[in-house]
Amino acid sequence: MADVLTFTDRGIYCPAGDFYIDPWRPVDRALITHGHADHSRWGMRSYLATEAAAPVIRHRLGDIKLETIRYGETRQLGSATVSFHPAGHVPGSAQIRVAVGGQVWVASGDYKTVADGLSEPFEPVPCHAFITECTFGLPVFKWTAEAALARQMNDWWATNAAAGRTSILGAYALGKAQRLLTSVDAQIGPILTHGAVENTNAVLRAQGISLPDTIRVTPDLKITDHPGALVIATPSAMGGTWGRRFGPSSSAFASGWMALRGVRRRRAGDRGFIVSDHADWAGLNAAIKETGATRIFTTHGYTSAFQKYLSEQGYDAHVVSTEYEGESLDGGDEPVVEDA
Amino acid sequence: MKDFAALFTRVDESTKTTVKVAALADYFRTAPDDDKLWTIALFSGRRPKRLITAARLREWAAERANLPLWLFEESYSIVGDLAETIALILPDPSSTADHSLTHWINELARLSGLDDDARKAGILAAWDSLPTTQRFLFTKLLTGGFRIGVSQKLMTRALAQATGQDEAELTHKLMGNWTPQTTTWHNLIEAHDPTADLSRPYPFYLAYGLEDLDDLGPASDWNAEWKWDGIRGQFIIRAGDHHLWSRGEDLMTDRFPELAQLKDYLPDGTVIDGEVLAFRNEAPLSFNALQSRIGRKTVPKKLLTEAPVILMAYDLLEDAGNDIRAQPFADRRARLAQIVDDVPDSAPLRLSPAVDFADWNTLTALRETSRDRNAEGFMLKRLDSPYLSGRKKGDWWKWKVDPLTIDAVMIYAQAGSGRRANLFTDYTFAVWQGNDLVPFTKAYSGLTDAEFRQITAWVRKNTLQKFGPVRQVKPEHVFELAFEGIQASPRHKSGVALRFPRMLRWRHDKPTSEANTLDDLKEMLDTYG
Repeated sequence: MADVLTFTDRGIYCPAGDFYIDPWRPVDRALITHGHADHSRWGMRSYLATEAAAPVIRHRLGDIKLETIRYGETRQLGSATVSFHPAGHVPGSAQIRVAVGGQVWVASGDYKTVADGLSEPFEPVPCHAFITECTFGLPVFKWTAEAALARQMNDWWATNAAAGRTSILGAYALGKAQRLLTSVDAQIGPILTHGAVENTNAVLRAQGISLPDTIRVTPDLKITDHPGALVIATPSAMGGTWGRRFGPSSSAFASGWMALRGVRRRRAGDRGFIVSDHADWAGLNAAIKETGATRIFTTHGYTSAFQKYLSEQGYDAHVVSTEYEGESLDGGDEPVVEDA
Repeated sequence: MKDFAALFTRVDESTKTTVKVAALADYFRTAPDDDKLWTIALFSGRRPKRLITAARLREWAAERANLPLWLFEESYSIVGDLAETIALILPDPSSTADHSLTHWINELARLSGLDDDARKAGILAAWDSLPTTQRFLFTKLLTGGFRIGVSQKLMTRALAQATGQDEAELTHKLMGNWTPQTTTWHNLIEAHDPTADLSRPYPFYLAYGLEDLDDLGPASDWNAEWKWDGIRGQFIIRAGDHHLWSRGEDLMTDRFPELAQLKDYLPDGTVIDGEVLAFRNEAPLSFNALQSRIGRKTVPKKLLTEAPVILMAYDLLEDAGNDIRAQPFADRRARLAQIVDDVPDSAPLRLSPAVDFADWNTLTALRETSRDRNAEGFMLKRLDSPYLSGRKKGDWWKWKVDPLTIDAVMIYAQAGSGRRANLFTDYTFAVWQGNDLVPFTKAYSGLTDAEFRQITAWVRKNTLQKFGPVRQVKPEHVFELAFEGIQASPRHKSGVALRFPRMLRWRHDKPTSEANTLDDLKEMLDTYG
């Protein structure tokens, strides 16, 4: 039997349905797992994404032909039946299930298995073949529990506020920023946001996602009007002149890479919080097991090591080459079309 | 060890020196004496004796975490630190109790008396009772260099703050041969006994690279010596015993046994700053000759004849038991010359000759001959300068000869470890041989973080093939590599090995066709090898 999905130099392709999943070159029909720039690119003739992911994709890619689909809803494309299922990565993110003649394949896009209180929680989808990311596919990656993470960030923020310092926290504009917003204790002080973060906030609020009150940082903003503030900024904004307007400050970075002391020391500024929108080692292994799949394809991250480990566990595992970037510390989620 | 872990976390989280020093000073004010002494020992490179090989630790940790050993190794190559890898992959502790730093070090001492199975049980029990950070630190005690972002200098400053003592005096107290087993916090820090340790060296005076010759003023104010390419050392003779210290505060006495005879000739109470050099027929051999002696604890006879060493004397720090570091360099050197003169030529001691120069132009021209003399350039010392401690600007400068350079094509890239775990920072370079690119060296340093990020993004999109962690990339980028020396090497496909290669510049302007050739390299080998 022919493979349901194949791997091409344009992206993951379904011959039976004549469509691509998260392609990186222009194609006629693109099914998009989520709005991050390495999965949702400009230049496709038509797009299909979940209702919850659509507003951000439109916001980032502008005037595109985009159809939406509800989680769990099935759609017939050629001889393929497709449906989208929560991936728990960011609001609206999906795994895409493709069934052709009794064979079920799932492309996970990016995912995480822990509920973050914001994204639709990850749902395991039984399948024969599972295409998985493995950005953090090594056993040294183990995420801090949500409650402990919130406590660490709140302590840091409160300590800074008491010492008259602004707290500047680096996080991606889509997903991570809002997740941190909802987990910190907004009673500690005002929350300011970088424009790119605030634009995404506006899109998410407009689709009914509730976020704490935030204040957009504009050129005329006076930090003295906002003592003890927490600033949520994109990583690229933090280092530059933009980050220097806040007077005495403490900077922190929130990423799965912060699990490694070396990276933390190179990039974190004063603090590094271990938090990711990708699955950690235990999460990846649990997710794969739950699908019941026997064939596994690793797309990005520590693909070779993870593939070898899965093979030793009895899976028919393969590495495939893609242009997905996972969690970059260096602007991997910068939108292709700049936020206004 | 909770308080020690808290200290570590505070120090490790911050990049600000003031915060680190404050954290250390707080610790030195509040921790128990035993723990303070061990903390000083650890931060000055005195760790407990290694008890268990790294290989066993890896096996035990992988087994405990129920992971194949290769996956442990793979993780280790990314994390870049064995103790950290172990701390991260082990399951969470089943119970925790807070014991002192000294308790855990004593536990290691206890385990050292037991057989292998008992050691394993002891280590596994420790791992299973320590939270991640403490587990990391405990494992660090087992694995080697305790380098965690605290220099001895920072620690000494913190000690000075906490004890109210002078920093320079503390620096001297902390040098030498002590261990926590042979002294106490009181004897080491609080007591005043300058003769306590006869092997104790003076802190080395280190120079920065010369910035601008024009800033130096008249040439007559300066002494110039060749900058010899050996191992900087401090040779001490006190109470009939001799000691040889490296700049990194390693005791190297036994590695260079031929220097022992100097105690028959030099007066007691003499301390000489100099360079250990491989030397024959009144000329220094290349650094490659000395290389064979480095890292060897004992020296076979054959090596003693193949690479005999001398002490090339630069400066005199102690004369007849008196610390003379405050005297002008010219006076110290004059006295040094007398002392060396009294030693027969058959003994392995020479005075580093002063270079005769009337003006800076003469010296500039002479500098071009450095490589022919197996020297790295000049050391310039102001004639009236005292012997300072640490790296200081102004009175001493090193004026190194320009490195050799070659333009090469990047053909492989590998992710770094530790601080550079998510960047491709380790590259293999090639030069042309006809239409083929022949790899000849690796280089890791010299680029900015921004450049490394740019290349990392490029590597991801331009990988031709993967060999485990190594990626073969499109031959597209040319880099100017700098290196200090070149030698023939049968172990390398190219037939050459470079000394201290690093990236000088990313040559965006050069197409790969303009990179150098293997013939160019061989020509350099003929000239400089």
